[in-house]
Parts: sequence; C-alpha cells; structure tokens
Amino acid sequence: MELTNYLYLAVVLFALGATTVLLRRNTIVVFMGIELMLNATNLALVTFARMHGDITGQVLAFFVMVVAAAEVVVGLAIIVTIFRARRSASVDDVNLLKS
Amino acid sequence: MTVSGGETVLFWVLAPLMVIAAAGLLVVRRAVHAAVCVVFVMISLAVLYVAQEAPFLGVVQVVVYTGAVMMLFLFVLMLVGVDAADSLTETIRGQRWIGLLLGAGLASVLCGVIAQSTFPPPQGLAEANAVTNPVALARVVMEHYVVAMEVVGILLVTAALAGLVLTHRRRIGNKPTQRALAEAKIAAVPTGRHLSPLPAPGVYAQNNAMDTPALDHTGRPLEHSVPRVLRIRGQQREAAELLTAEQTLVHRELEGPDDPVPSVGPDSSEGETR
Repeated sequence: MELTNYLYLAVVLFALGATTVLLRRNTIVVFMGIELMLNATNLALVTFARMHGDITGQVLAFFVMVVAAAEVVVGLAIIVTIFRARRSASVDDVNLLKS
Repeated sequence: MTVSGGETVLFWVLAPLMVIAAAGLLVVRRAVHAAVCVVFVMISLAVLYVAQEAPFLGVVQVVVYTGAVMMLFLFVLMLVGVDAADSLTETIRGQRWIGLLLGAGLASVLCGVIAQSTFPPPQGLAEANAVTNPVALARVVMEHYVVAMEVVGILLVTAALAGLVLTHRRRIGNKPTQRALAEAKIAAVPTGRHLSPLPAPGVYAQNNAMDTPALDHTGRPLEHSVPRVLRIRGQQREAAELLTAEQTLVHRELEGPDDPVPSVGPDSSEGETR
C-alpha cells in the first residue's frame, strides 16, 4: 500500500468537514466540522513525517492539537454566550447586524 | 520502508468506516449523533497514528480530542439543549447543492494535487524513533520550537481566561432574599398560585409512574401533578384509562370462579391515590 492512501483519506475527511461547515446550521455541528478539518490536516502531517523520515511533522501536528484545544474553548464559550442571549444555536438566527 | 500487510488491512478496514462516520456528520439531524460520529473518527485517527509510528500523538489524540474536546462539546450540548435539532428550511436557495458541489470540488482538487505530485520514496521513522517517539518529539520541540512552545503556553492561558470571561454572567439585580420570595408568593395567591408544593403524581394499584396524574378528593385528575416537561411533550397518561383498566381487573378477579387469590376488596378497587 502506498502512503499516499493516507493523504487521500485526509483529503476526503477535510472535504467532508468543509461541507459540514457549509451545509449545517447548528453552530455546534459546524464546529465539529472544523474539528474534523483540523484532524484531517493532522493525519496529513503525520503521514508526511513518515514519508520524509523527519519527525518535525509530528511536532507540527502536536501544535495543531494544542491550538485546536484553545480554539474549542473560546468557540464553545462564544456559542454558549450567544445561546444565552438569543436562545438559539442556529447560525441563521445570529443576524443582528443585518438590519 | 515498506508498509506491512497488517497496516494495509487496518487502513482498508478503518478508512471506509471513518468516511462513513464523517459523512454521517452531514446527514444526522441531532447534534449528539454528530458528536458520536466525530468521536468515532477521532478514535480511528488515533489508531492510524499509532500505526504510522506516532504513538505519542495517538495517545494525545485520545486524551485531548476524544477525552477533552468532545466531552466539552457534549457539555455544551447539554447546556444548549440536547433536543436542539437542525432546521430543515434553507435560507439560501439551493444551498445544499452548492455546498455539496463545493465540497466535491475541494476533494477533487486536493486529490488531483496529490495524484500529480511526486513524493520521495517513503523513509519511515525507525531511525528518528530510535530513542522512542516521545523523546524524539521532545528533542525537536525543545531544540527548534522553544519560542513556539512558549507562545502556545500563553495562548492556552489566554484561552482559559477567555472561556471564564465569556461564560461569566454578571448579576443585574440584587439577589432576592428568602423573605422577598415568600412575599412574592403570598402576593401571587389571588392570581391562582398555590402556596403548597405541587401534588405528587398518582399512585394506583397497578401503576406508579411520573406520567399519571393524581386524583383530588372528588376523584378528578390533577393535571399539575404531572411534571411540566412531560405535559409539554404530551407524554402524560390519562387517569380515566388507568382507572377503567383497574376496574376491569377487579371485575375479572371478582367473577373468576377458580381464582385461588382472594379478590381485591372494594376499598382498593377505587384505585385511589395514596
């Protein structure tokens, strides 16, 4: 098996995550799509590290994980705040600036 | 470096399942089901990391992503409401098809990039992992990425503070005292408020559940003895239906000639509450 198969898997997962962000309206599910995209990039990084025999790729994946953890904390806090103010977790209801 | 047969099998078992679970994120209606799908993808990724000579990242994936991040998601789902299902109405016309088209386009473009590019022959990490994977990772981090590590530490502290600040709720008015609450209750009595606690749900001869209303002294069912949530969901049971069921049972026991069990007396046949 070629190592590129892992890359194709990462690409498919990334595209599915991006499509989730485009299609779903529940903010939390949209956020899960973002997490899926980050995970897909991690898989690509780990595969590249193995491909080139250089462990730096794994270090980058590690940093991505840390940043993703911080991002989740802030993002979910924002979602909770919006939910408290507007009683809704749908991205369509956050259109206060529109009118 | 060659990929072992076991890893090939592992990949071809896990990859389709992961893609199905990730596609489930698009399809499922409830956010909790989406979370379960994502958890499956993340655990499978951890297995793939371990297979790809990154055991440290595999463990971190399980601990940080499935352990912390997804549990945080589930906590927020509980706060926001597990029943918060997605709306099906489209605000932008044809958004579903445009989104699917864009996703398919992204996938095909990236696949084309991978197919077009030439990769070096795979080297494997046996040499780099000679001092065990975590030690090798730590050496790279502490030699070349010290500043990045520090910045990430600052980022984590900032994120923790942001989480605290964003979810902090300032009390607008004074906290009501016990006296104020009691006076408000008394003041609301003329408008139909009950001073006593709400009656408990009914206990019948055959049935003792939260969804059955209790009976008052005249035998009428008390609607407000059923919890409000069950009433809103329309899951409460009718008292009359239960009482007729018990009456028929009593009749059957009274008429049954070869019944060894002594029949129920008329007092308990009423199916009276408590």
